[in-house]
Amino acid sequence: MLNLIKIRKGLDVPIGGQAEPKLRQIDTVCCALKPQDFIGVTPKLLVDEGDKVKVGTPVFFAKEKPEIKFVSPISGQIKSIVRGEKRVIEAIIIEADGKNDYEDFGCLSVGAASYEQVRDKMLEGGVWTLLRQRPYSVIPKPDTKPKCIVIKGFDSAPLSPDYSVLLKGEMAALQVGIDALSKLTDGKVHLNIHQSSLSEELLHCENVQRNTFAGKHPCGNVSVQIERLYPINKGERVWYIDATDVVTIGKLFLEGHYVSDKIVALTGSEVKSTGYYKIKRGACLKPLFENNVTSGCNLRYISGNVLTGTQIAEDGFLSAYDSQTTVIKEGDNYEFLGWVMPGFKKFSFSRTFPYSFLKCFCKKPVKIDANLHGGHRAFVFNGEFEKVLPLNIYPLQLIKACIVEDIDQMEQLGIYEVDSEDFALCEVIDVSKTEIQKIIRNGLELMRKEMGE
Amino acid sequence: MKIVRKFFDNLKPKVAKGSKFYWLHSTVEAFDSFAFVPKTTAKSGAHLRDAIDMKRAMSVVIVAVIPALLFGMYNVGYEHYLSHGQSMAEVGFWQTFWYGFLKVLPLIVVSYVVGLGIEFAFAQKRGHEVNEGYLVTGMLIPLICPPDVPLWQLALAVAFAVIIGKEIFGGTGMNFLNPALVARAFLFFSYPSQMSGDTVWIADKADAISGATALGEMMTGGVQPHYSILDMFLGFIPGCVGETSVVAILIGAAILLVTGIASWRIMLSVFVGGAAMGLTFNLLGSSTNAYMQLPFYYHFLMGGFMFGAVFMATDPVTSSQTNKGKYIYGLLIGIMAVLIRVVNPAYPEGMMLAILLLNVFAPLIDYFVVDSNIKKRAKRWKLVDGGHKDIN
Repeated sequence: MLNLIKIRKGLDVPIGGQAEPKLRQIDTVCCALKPQDFIGVTPKLLVDEGDKVKVGTPVFFAKEKPEIKFVSPISGQIKSIVRGEKRVIEAIIIEADGKNDYEDFGCLSVGAASYEQVRDKMLEGGVWTLLRQRPYSVIPKPDTKPKCIVIKGFDSAPLSPDYSVLLKGEMAALQVGIDALSKLTDGKVHLNIHQSSLSEELLHCENVQRNTFAGKHPCGNVSVQIERLYPINKGERVWYIDATDVVTIGKLFLEGHYVSDKIVALTGSEVKSTGYYKIKRGACLKPLFENNVTSGCNLRYISGNVLTGTQIAEDGFLSAYDSQTTVIKEGDNYEFLGWVMPGFKKFSFSRTFPYSFLKCFCKKPVKIDANLHGGHRAFVFNGEFEKVLPLNIYPLQLIKACIVEDIDQMEQLGIYEVDSEDFALCEVIDVSKTEIQKIIRNGLELMRKEMGE
Repeated sequence: MKIVRKFFDNLKPKVAKGSKFYWLHSTVEAFDSFAFVPKTTAKSGAHLRDAIDMKRAMSVVIVAVIPALLFGMYNVGYEHYLSHGQSMAEVGFWQTFWYGFLKVLPLIVVSYVVGLGIEFAFAQKRGHEVNEGYLVTGMLIPLICPPDVPLWQLALAVAFAVIIGKEIFGGTGMNFLNPALVARAFLFFSYPSQMSGDTVWIADKADAISGATALGEMMTGGVQPHYSILDMFLGFIPGCVGETSVVAILIGAAILLVTGIASWRIMLSVFVGGAAMGLTFNLLGSSTNAYMQLPFYYHFLMGGFMFGAVFMATDPVTSSQTNKGKYIYGLLIGIMAVLIRVVNPAYPEGMMLAILLLNVFAPLIDYFVVDSNIKKRAKRWKLVDGGHKDIN
């Protein structure tokens, strides 16, 4: 237990619906690639509706970085290309043909391979897209080298999946993946795990610097972890990747083809039977939800967790970097004098509801929904965001700098060190109901365009 | 409940954009969201939100001022009958309270009607929802006015505070001066002959009695006010409606601190600053200014120090926004308030001016606090540029 880093600030929202550690397998009949999952990628299609694809066939590439290809997770046929406003490609839907044809990229022994060989193999095999870079959370440019690479070995968000389930039995692939990553940087490869982690795979893999974290959410956020290890300076790059995605990289080198299997946790208060499901990347989640959610009220389906996930339809698809899906109540109903009532069952970080005083005695999870519980107002209260943001950053000031698009100020206040997910808790507890994650994301995008990344 | 909902659902199309009654849109919206928490759900970002909203937060402040308000009403009656030589036993509790209630109620009504009227108009013009901020301001203004303030003066002061103090900067959240204190300062500087001296502090007082406040007595060269410490602590002294009772204000402070709505950093440091300045004066002493010898805790008991520290200095919009800045901000308010009281020959009360002054300086304090964070970061960048590209 070397390097125990305690994060003192933060907030764990006690919501119900944690996934039971039961693994089921579901055949994926339909998959989608959603280009909007990848920040800063303008997709250029390589396929057309009706084309046949195999596992690992490139479907589109990034206009800005043509070497980066996005490949099909299943073999089948391109069913449709969904376009939104201004003909933006929203999703490329692929229907499975039940076969498991795959593109053969050939095995490669990582130990003897050079940096170029590893990089080119990852680009060709479609796993480069699993890497992301701070700042901006974009897929890194292949011609850059990071200061270090951080592997995310746990998630601290509400109802987050247990990595010992996600990684069970993947020791060999994880190790190969780590070895491959260590070729990509001159610095270290960090593996960040939680104090309570029981995953054999994470505790015993080698060739990494293992850092142990403890504390409330957001101790699992990469920004918080990087700040404690080495804060990002202007012009520096740190890459990060989820431990489950390292396994996918390892399998590419071991088996010679793109293995798109993924375990997702089905969570949330409105799910009847929670658990883990083995599916393909980008799979349609309808089979998971069908006959397994409460009926009688409007529900919100989320790919990801309640803090940062994306809202999807009932028959929506898993987003690229998610290992979790959550179902909660939509809560689109009026509440008579809701702000006056004592509100014994309501969750609040502030101490203006009985919950704050009852939580010491009653550990029952709170009922939540997606209602804003109020109207949008200008910022009035302050000093609250600091309590849930364990970064040496002035949150309100940074948010305001982003709103007025003051690039110099954003840079000075530390925009490079953050991602919108770090402000999710600020958004949750905000009295003024401001869309803070959106503001930070817009700020980051403005910065990225300005810096030409 | 369903009938009310139906009423608003029917009303809404009638005030929708383009209809004849569109000018009532903000008003209807405000009353609707008052009766019902809206059904809006999160469209971007986090999918769950805290149950607290601006109405909840502001209503906590209202609850916190209620003890001071109720005591204030009672005290207005008490002081009135006392000046006429009638004791509590003769008049009775309820009649005393009723007298004060009838005196204070018009102040509250005028404050809310004028203030909210302007707020609604601005919200309609600007196309945003009515902010709950004025619910608090509108309650605070009568509490920091003398009971005998003419209603037309109060109405003017409220209009000035809401328009010049708040709305021209963009409304609640954008103002840099505490609007309630702007109203008070307007009264103070526009009608000085009526707002000071010893006639306004007791409602319809008998001429024979001097109605000077404790601060007024100190101003005219007293060594100590003639009121007992207990009377000043409980609040049975002349003064502004809500400021006299330390006990009532402390109850409010407890509510604000337990709920976390007001900043304990500011409250604490105001008292520390005031005590420090009072003690400094005690140490310095002076042969010409007897005020300097006054024990420091008298400053907390007299005038508006307590009320200002608990309800005015802690206004989140106009105070410092950074945690470090809040200490400095509070400390300086305490110091300035006592300083102005003791050495300034013109103004008996220093709290209002101290808070308004520090409201102006709060952004500057924040600037330096945030700047130290910026400098630290810049230093780290330089370190890296200076040849340590690879710290690994």
